[in-house]
Amino acid sequence: MSITPPDVRIWWNEPVEKTEVLWITIALVWALVMFFMMPYWHISGNQNLSNEAYKTTPEVFSAKVDAMIEKYKVREEGDTGMPVVHPPAGSDIYLEASTFQWRPIFELEKGQSYRFHIMSIDNMHGFSLLPENINLQIHPDYEMVITVTPTSSGQFSLICNEYCGLGHHLMSSKMYVVEK
Amino acid sequence: MAEFRTCPDTGFKIDLAAEKLIKWNAVTAVVFLLVGGLFGLLVVLTRWPAVHLLPSELFYLALTAHGLDTLLVWVIFFEIALLYVTSCILLSCRMAGPAWGWVSYWLMLIGAAVTNVAVLRTFDSGTNSIMFTSYPPMMGTPDFYAGIILFAVGALIGCFVFFFTLHYAKKEGAYQGSIPLVTFGAMTAAIIAVFTVLSGAVILIPTLAWSAGLLGNIDTMLYRVIWWAMGHSSQQINVSAQIAVWYAIAAIIFGAKPLSEKVSRFAFLLYILFLQLASAHHLLSDPGISSEWKIFNTSYALYLAVLASMIHGLTVPGCIEAAQRKKGYTKGLFEWLTKAPWGNPVFSGMFLSLILFGFLGGITGVVLGTEQLNLIMHNTMYVPGHFHATVATGTTLAFMAMAYWLVPTLWQRDLVMPGLAKWQPYLFGGGMGMLAIFQMGAGTVGAPRRHWDMSFADAEIAATVEPSAFMMMGAAGFFGVIASIGALIFILNMVLTIMVGKPKRSAAAAPAEAPPPPPPSAATAHGDAGTMEVPGTFVLALIFLVTFVLYYFVNWKYLADVWYLS
Repeated sequence: MSITPPDVRIWWNEPVEKTEVLWITIALVWALVMFFMMPYWHISGNQNLSNEAYKTTPEVFSAKVDAMIEKYKVREEGDTGMPVVHPPAGSDIYLEASTFQWRPIFELEKGQSYRFHIMSIDNMHGFSLLPENINLQIHPDYEMVITVTPTSSGQFSLICNEYCGLGHHLMSSKMYVVEK
Repeated sequence: MAEFRTCPDTGFKIDLAAEKLIKWNAVTAVVFLLVGGLFGLLVVLTRWPAVHLLPSELFYLALTAHGLDTLLVWVIFFEIALLYVTSCILLSCRMAGPAWGWVSYWLMLIGAAVTNVAVLRTFDSGTNSIMFTSYPPMMGTPDFYAGIILFAVGALIGCFVFFFTLHYAKKEGAYQGSIPLVTFGAMTAAIIAVFTVLSGAVILIPTLAWSAGLLGNIDTMLYRVIWWAMGHSSQQINVSAQIAVWYAIAAIIFGAKPLSEKVSRFAFLLYILFLQLASAHHLLSDPGISSEWKIFNTSYALYLAVLASMIHGLTVPGCIEAAQRKKGYTKGLFEWLTKAPWGNPVFSGMFLSLILFGFLGGITGVVLGTEQLNLIMHNTMYVPGHFHATVATGTTLAFMAMAYWLVPTLWQRDLVMPGLAKWQPYLFGGGMGMLAIFQMGAGTVGAPRRHWDMSFADAEIAATVEPSAFMMMGAAGFFGVIASIGALIFILNMVLTIMVGKPKRSAAAAPAEAPPPPPPSAATAHGDAGTMEVPGTFVLALIFLVTFVLYYFVNWKYLADVWYLS
């Protein structure tokens, strides 16, 4: 029994039953398929996170956000005072997470690519773009860079999904994607 | 000199010092299950949109405490009890250094109490709850970290009591040959526990120093890497322990012997070799980690730990099928299963745990832990959905099943509510399974985890979460209540049995039954070369595989529809 020492003392020489051998083989093949799916998607899939990131400081990052807002601000969101920016296609865009807001709001063009920089300037945050359901872990002091190409247009919600303090559930924003 | 009694039910010789420690650890575990479960009920009632019970500060506090008490304290106290059961009782040997067992117990208890108080104190001290994971730069009070460290040191000492018990059992000739498979599984858990605690020490001691003002800064990436070396590995302790429990119950109920000692032990060994890599699962959407590192680690090298779980997934039901067929339940593919004692909570709890862990917890864990797929699930409700399927319907349900056997056996009392006990595994397993499914469903459409109000009613800039997410969180809330009732029935049954249960017929009146004799040797031989000995199990395994493959690729399809990222 499984709760007593093995009946056969030299149990490692016992032959393995066929069903088990067959199952182990199937499982191993499946494991290999799953393993190779990941590199395969890097080659032929369109959704891969880049490995690009920089260690930086809140001051440096916020300065880039400010500069971008200065240059490309098109309006403010309602009466919230939050700037909406419409950066040119292909440009570097910067999103700053802090307790409890995202700054600024982007207006992007469908089908265009942007070098998207994102960082927190205080606690850990979670970038969650809905209903696309793109989710990223946002660290303070680590500037993450991803090339983003919106493939659908409309108004998207941006929420924080990493607990960041007692105002966590107030941390929400938007992203607009317009047809070119 | 150790004193023993002979267990009238099983014939095992039980070291009285070990028995006392097992009892105290198990009872303490159940008490913390009650505390953690009540916090869980509050959490689920708050995330049920129509109820939305707690105010936000209390919600985050309850969530922190729920994670701490169920994921850590309940599970590990019970695991320490299991380590002593699988060594001292199964080998009928003396415990090495029961005094150290008590040091372990008190350190764990004091540690758990200190951290719980630290969590509760956040309420009136005006500081933030920091969640069980306590990611810096959010800072807890020093006692929060100190309590966890004490708890972990206590658990580590418990592991060493176990190792030394095995050592002396061998030396003093308590058993011949190799240790039983179940003990081997428990040893796997204990070895992983050592790694887990050491990782915890590496990160939590500096964090404590930082919290006490002795250290300027904790790097947030470094913290997450090492914290999860502890956090995920501790779940691998659970996996090993719970699979040991599955094998143990198969042996207790059916007298089952492993299909192959070699295969089952090898599968446990794979856990030791590869599970630690799993900490990478938690970092797939973090900045600055190379894809090569992620692919190697998240696949546990080459999914070798998943392979191990798939092996156990076959061999555990397989050993039951083999045992049942030997008893004559040979009709069709599934007579062995349909004629199993479904009214016995020891069996039903164990088998539900096996099925739910595999189908709900295992498959979703692999999907969630795939490099690219993670980005459509990270930090959504999918994550708690997954780990409720593993830790609650898997580990907790398996431990409940074990307790239904352990408590009456150790205390020599009959269960006070045998009728309710019959239903309890279905209530808890079913409720928790549905909770997990609805949480994962809500996560699939983007519902955030650890979130007090996903309607963003008070937010300055409105955000919309899919309406279906609210519906599914409502359903998760409903089934969470069902599961809580199931857990409460279990706890009541255990506590009342211990306190007022009727003593079993006296040992003198009932002749001591030896453990079920091993079936005649001709029947224990391995299957004929040409026939499959466990066809029913193989069919179940294939159903599992098909489900796994379909669900895996459905998620790649979901991913393919997302904006292009590179």
